[in-house]
Amino acid sequence: MAAPTVSEPQLPVRARVRVRSWAAPGHIRTPWYLRGREGRIERALGAFPNPEQLALRQPADPVPLYRVRFTMAEVWGKAAETPTDTLDAEIFAHWLEPLDAA
Amino acid sequence: MPHDHDHSHDGAVPHDHTGMSPSGHPYRPDQDTALSYWQVMEIAVRELAVERGLITPAEIAAQIETMDARSPANGAAVVARAWTDPAFKARLLADASEASREMGFDIGPLRLIAVENTDEVHNVIVCTLCSCYPRNLLGLPPDWYKSRAYRSRTVKEPRRVLAEFGLTLPESTTVRVHDSTADMRYIVLPARPEGTEGMTAEALAELVTRDSMIGTGLPRSPGA
Repeated sequence: MAAPTVSEPQLPVRARVRVRSWAAPGHIRTPWYLRGREGRIERALGAFPNPEQLALRQPADPVPLYRVRFTMAEVWGKAAETPTDTLDAEIFAHWLEPLDAA
Repeated sequence: MPHDHDHSHDGAVPHDHTGMSPSGHPYRPDQDTALSYWQVMEIAVRELAVERGLITPAEIAAQIETMDARSPANGAAVVARAWTDPAFKARLLADASEASREMGFDIGPLRLIAVENTDEVHNVIVCTLCSCYPRNLLGLPPDWYKSRAYRSRTVKEPRRVLAEFGLTLPESTTVRVHDSTADMRYIVLPARPEGTEGMTAEALAELVTRDSMIGTGLPRSPGA
């Protein structure tokens, strides 16, 4: 896993992102059910100490945190209850792969 | 009628006696199983912290009392103010932490986001990873909020979950589920009920239920 840094570019609201499909060990605050799913930045929340480092009692880098909005169709596919309903979750920057061309 | 049994058996209305002894005394099964690994760990850490003088049992008891004393009335006061004060509502939606502090609620370092229910959108809060909950404004979470069933089903089939709470939403309403996965906590700003024109913020706060601020319910209607 890449070491998180604060210098990652700030993602603008509505930017398309994909949650990384890492299967990293340890204390991870990226839910499994969202890994690999594509969504859009709902808002930037500022930088917060990386929980993966905090869990190991290491000095924690501040990492930008985003609220990402997914459609239920994207998260659950054909099993979605109502495809246009949405799910918002907070995802740290190092778990997000920007999809829009720079 | 035995004490603690607040209904009569004369009318023979069927009712649930779970947790009630045949003689009408409430009980729950004794917890005679062995302590779990984490229960032992909690006791060990607590006793060590006390032994080393890091914290006193009185401080622990006082903190538990503080946590128990918080109630959804705090959140209800915030919601009622937002219903009656458009400028406050704007501040609440822009920065709910700061707006709560402005009302005198000590929310510590809590980062709070208020999400607004409208005719088109209904919001519901869940924490799939653990049980994150805006305790400073709503008190301790209800037991079901921490259950695996609520946490796993709300992100997958929110409409069915809400229907089980008695809230059936039309297809024209978009459901927005908020999974508090990291450092934010969420509170739903429910829509102000009809027929409440002219009511004071104090009277309106009485209509704001805990569940309406989680999103699993709606505020009461006046007179209901």
